[in-house]
Amino acid sequence: MAAGETDVRELAGDLYRRESRRVLATLIRLLGDFDLAEEALQDAFAAAVEQWPRDGVPANPRAWLVSAGRFKAIDNLRRRARFEAAAAALARQVPEAAGGPDEDLLEDDRLRLIFTCCHPALRPDARAALTLREVCGLTTEEIARAFLASPAAVAQRIVRAKAKIREAKIPYRVPSREELPERLDAVLQVTYLVFNEGYSASTGEDLTRPDLSSEAIRLAQLLLDLLPEPEVMGLLALMLLHESRRAARTSPDGELVLLADQDRTLWDRTQIAEGTALVERALCSRRIGPYALQAAIVALHAEASSADATDWAQIAGLYGVLARADPSPVVELNRAVAVAMHKGPEAGLALIDALLAGGALADYHLAHAARADLCRRMGRTADARAAYERALELARQQPERRFLERRLKELV
Amino acid sequence: MKYLCLVYAEESKLEGMSDEECVAYDEALRGRGQCVASEALQPVRTAATVRVRNGQVSVTDGPFAETKESLAGFYLVEAPDLNEAIRIAAGIPPARAGSVEVRPIRELTGRNLGRKETR
Repeated sequence: MAAGETDVRELAGDLYRRESRRVLATLIRLLGDFDLAEEALQDAFAAAVEQWPRDGVPANPRAWLVSAGRFKAIDNLRRRARFEAAAAALARQVPEAAGGPDEDLLEDDRLRLIFTCCHPALRPDARAALTLREVCGLTTEEIARAFLASPAAVAQRIVRAKAKIREAKIPYRVPSREELPERLDAVLQVTYLVFNEGYSASTGEDLTRPDLSSEAIRLAQLLLDLLPEPEVMGLLALMLLHESRRAARTSPDGELVLLADQDRTLWDRTQIAEGTALVERALCSRRIGPYALQAAIVALHAEASSADATDWAQIAGLYGVLARADPSPVVELNRAVAVAMHKGPEAGLALIDALLAGGALADYHLAHAARADLCRRMGRTADARAAYERALELARQQPERRFLERRLKELV
Repeated sequence: MKYLCLVYAEESKLEGMSDEECVAYDEALRGRGQCVASEALQPVRTAATVRVRNGQVSVTDGPFAETKESLAGFYLVEAPDLNEAIRIAAGIPPARAGSVEVRPIRELTGRNLGRKETR
């Protein structure tokens, strides 16, 4: 198959976005080193851009990239005249890859990569940074924004994590059955963080980054195949149910649309059905965890034909259970909002004011936005204005900021 | 690859632990070729800390760091990777009373001539 250079560049760019993480995961397994594998990945794509216009696009581009990356790594090692024995050992293994890597093995490699990146011997902040970098292919700058940290700090976190993987010999493999439950928790946490970064980008012009969310959903689906644990079902359900609302969350001009105002005909019924079925499976097990509880809450929203028709009493109750299972001020804030919907804004406001007085949410823009909304509904315009202004000082995402500005103007 | 499993515990919490159980685990590890060396330590009150500064030796009583948990013993183990070392550490009886720090061994440069790296 002949292809023009522009076509090949486009194909390579597209392939890089879709396949680079899979190719990297396999190269890490084959080469046994993160940095070597990353270098080999770049070399393989460079070789593709150079060779494909001349020789045609290979039948299985991914297998070609894995194979090219491996040969490039061996070349690099030889050129440096270091690790001679390692290079020789790799060269001996090469024929094994010549037949093209098996698809299942590639998927396993992605799991190996995520379990290694989420290893409990790594610092929690390093696990998330490393997973976003290696599994999801985010840039250091994007990760820094997600963590509200400097790019230099994130880069150092990743370098140290990779050094620890190498020096302590953290293995590149999926944990054994006995190890899995405890190792899974860390993986679920990181997966949800990745999803949230895609679902509600922490800063910047765009409200969402759909690729990251679908990446997180895909990872959870892989995990579910491997380990049908209730919390994997719960997390996957939670993400699918959130994801089902994506089209309704933003107006055509990119503005934020609140749950109450969303056009529910835009919700993705297939994702809702899949998510709801998973919640039911998770709830049928007698081991119900925080993810399944959150998914049950979102499922109640998904089932309601309007905000008014929502079963707010049950939602407030589930938040109460969740607050006991997994105490957090953000859960308490959500419970307060559900109570306001169920029992009226006064009851919700009392809970939010108590939370704000506690200090943990003092700098959380959504706490002030929720307070502002309840004050507005109660006709306390001056209090609403002060709370919207405080929320605006703290909000970093442009569509959220514009939403708060609109609400502030509407108060006059 | 070698890992040193450092056993830390509050000494009072180790009093109920039987030597027999520790010996049994130690022998099981040795039987599988996973234990290179292992010892239990006398209580921390028997410790002396030595420093050399400007050629002067100074000796103080007690351990280097005053913490609630003190070093109670060690196992130098042979394991293919950190996961296996963690699994071995989790089986050390005092892990139930205190904690076990797992540290990979660093080969000193220049000393491993003629020594076969086992990793």
